[in-house]
Amino acid sequence: MSVLEIKDLHATVETPEGDTKEILKGVNLTIKSGETHAIMGPNGSGKSTLAYAVAGHPKYEITQGEVLLDGEDVLEMSVDERAKAGLFLAMQYPVEVPGVTVSNFLRTAKTAVDGEAPKLRTWVKDVKGAMDQLRMDPKFAERNVNEGFSGGEKKRHEILQMELLKPKMAILDETDSGLDVDALRVVSEGINRVKENEGLGVMLITHYTRILRYVKPDFVHVFVNGRVAEQGGPELAARLEEEGYDRFLTAANA
Amino acid sequence: MTVTDHSKAELESEGIALGAHTEDSRAYRYAAFGVDNHEIPTGREEEWRFASLREIYPLLQATETTVSEDVVAFDVDEVEGITVGSLGADEAPRNTLLVPEDRIAAAAAELTANALHLKAPKNTVVEQPLRVEITGKDGSTASHAAIVLETEESARATYILNHTGTALFGENVEMVVGDNSEMTVISLQDWDDDAIHVATHVAHLGRDAKLKHIVVSLGGRAVRVNSTSKFNAPGSEIEQIGLYFADDKQHLEHRLFVDHAAPKCTSDVTYKGALQGKGARSVWVGDVLIRKEAEGTDTYELNRNLVLTEGARADSVPNLEIETGEIEGAGHAAATGRFDDEQLFYLRSRGIPEIEARRLVVRGFFQELIQKIDVPEIREHLTDSIEDELRRSMN
Repeated sequence: MSVLEIKDLHATVETPEGDTKEILKGVNLTIKSGETHAIMGPNGSGKSTLAYAVAGHPKYEITQGEVLLDGEDVLEMSVDERAKAGLFLAMQYPVEVPGVTVSNFLRTAKTAVDGEAPKLRTWVKDVKGAMDQLRMDPKFAERNVNEGFSGGEKKRHEILQMELLKPKMAILDETDSGLDVDALRVVSEGINRVKENEGLGVMLITHYTRILRYVKPDFVHVFVNGRVAEQGGPELAARLEEEGYDRFLTAANA
Repeated sequence: MTVTDHSKAELESEGIALGAHTEDSRAYRYAAFGVDNHEIPTGREEEWRFASLREIYPLLQATETTVSEDVVAFDVDEVEGITVGSLGADEAPRNTLLVPEDRIAAAAAELTANALHLKAPKNTVVEQPLRVEITGKDGSTASHAAIVLETEESARATYILNHTGTALFGENVEMVVGDNSEMTVISLQDWDDDAIHVATHVAHLGRDAKLKHIVVSLGGRAVRVNSTSKFNAPGSEIEQIGLYFADDKQHLEHRLFVDHAAPKCTSDVTYKGALQGKGARSVWVGDVLIRKEAEGTDTYELNRNLVLTEGARADSVPNLEIETGEIEGAGHAAATGRFDDEQLFYLRSRGIPEIEARRLVVRGFFQELIQKIDVPEIREHLTDSIEDELRRSMN
C-alpha cells in the first residue's frame, strides 16, 4: 500500500521575458494505491505543471509545500531517484531519442529502476506480451525512441513503459489526447491492467470525460488557476461534461 | 529544384551562392606542384583561418621528408584480387588527380619517391577489406606518404587506412574510381595524443561509379583532412561519412569539396562530431559546387556537433555554389548543440541516472553513422572507442 501526498504545493516558472510566474498556487492531493484521481480543468490551469513538478522537471521551481511518497520527501530526490522510488510520468509530448532503440531504452530503464538487469528470458517474454496487449507490432522494438512515431504510437509506448517498469504511482498527462477510439480503448485497457495487477495509483490528467468511460475514476478534481477548485466522485465528471468549466473560471476570475 | 526552404537572400547569407562562379569560387583555388610554389600560411587565409597552425607549423616548414620504418611504418594486408605496387612521382595515375593546394600536399607529392598503389583490376570484385596499417613511431621527424587507391572498370574494393602511434605526417591519397566500379575508403585517425597529421584526399569518379568515403578522427593533437571528390562523368554517387570526437586540446579539422562537374550525379555528406574538455576544437567546412554542366545533380550535406562540456568549440561552415537551376535537389544543414535537456529529463524520468542518460544520447548520436559502415570490425571498434571516450569524461 502506497500513498502519494501533495501538500500546499507552489511552483514557479521563468517566463521567456525573464519574469517569474507562479503556476501552482497551493495544491493539495492525496492518492493511495489502487485509486484513480481524475484531474480535469481548462487549458492553462496548471495541470501539466503539476505533473512535471512532481516528476522533477528542472524548468519548475518549487517554492513551497511538500510531496511525499510513502512518507519519503520526493522533492529531495533527483529525477531518476523519483522514478526508482516508484513514480512514473506518462508524457503528453514524449521526446525523440535518436539512435536509441525502444528495446535498448526499455532494458536500460528496467535495469535502472530495479537496480539489476532483468532476467533475459522472462524479460523478452514480458516485453513481447505487453506489446501484444497494446497491439504494437514487434518491429516497433527496433525503432528509435519516439522517432517518427504517430501520436497513438507515442502514447502506447508510454503505457508500455508503465506496464514494464511497474511503478507505484503514475501521473498520466493527457494520455488520451490525439487518440482515436480504438487506440483510446487499447491504452485504457493497459492502464486498467496495471491498476489491477500492481495496485497502481493513478493521477489522470485530462480535458475530456471520454477516457473516464474506460478508466473509471474514484475521485474527480477540478483544477483551476493553479489549485484544486472542487472535488467529488465520478458524478462531478458528468456534471463538467454538461456545464463545462465556465462556472469555475468565473469564480477564479472574480 | 529545391534549395532547402529559404529565399535567395537568406541562402547567400548562409553561404549558398547562386549564379555563375566568381574568383571566390572553390573551383579557382590556387593549385600547383612544387613546395616552393606555396607560401607558408599566416592564418588569415580562408582555408587556414580555423586551422591549428601552431601545431602543424613544422609540417608546413618541411622541405624534406624522412621515409623510414623507424618514423612511419607501413604494413599492407595481402588480399586476393588486389594488386599492391608502387608508383614514382611521374607515373600515372599518381599526381594526375591531386594538384597540391598547399605546401604539405606539395611536399607529399614531390618528396616521396614511391607511392603505395593498391588496385582492384577490371571486373574484380573483392569483398574482404584491404587494411593498411600506418604506424607512427617518431613525432619529431617530418614524414610524408603518397597513396593511390584504384578500382578499375566494374571492380569493387574496400581500403582501410588505419593511422596509429605518433607522427608528424603529411599524406596524399588519390582515389581513382573507374567506370561502374565501387570503392569504399575508410581513413581512421586513431593516433596517440601528440600526433600531427595533415592529409589531402582527392577522388575522381568515372561513369556510374560509387565512392563511399569514411573519415574517422579520434586521436591526434592536430588532424586536418582535406578531401576533394570530383564527378567526371554522369550517373555516379558519393557518400561521405565523417565521425570525430575531440578531447582536451585536440584540434580536428575536416574540410571537403564535392565538385559536381558532370550531370546526374548524387552526393550525400554526413559528418558528426562530439567535443569534450577544455580546448577541444573541431572544424568542419563543406564546399559543394554544382557546375553549369551538372544538370540533374542531387546533393545534401549535413554537419552536426554535440558539445558535451564547457570550453569546447565547434566551427561548422557549409558552402553551396550553384551554377545551374536544372537540378534535382541541393541542401545543407549544420547545427551545433549541447545536450538536450528534454531528452535527458525523459530518460532520467525512467530511472536512468544522468551519466547513463548522457551516454545513451551520445551513443545514439553516433549510432546512425556507425550503422552505415559496412565493415563489422570497424563498427565494433568505433562503438568501443566511443565508450572509451565517454568513460574519460563522464565518470
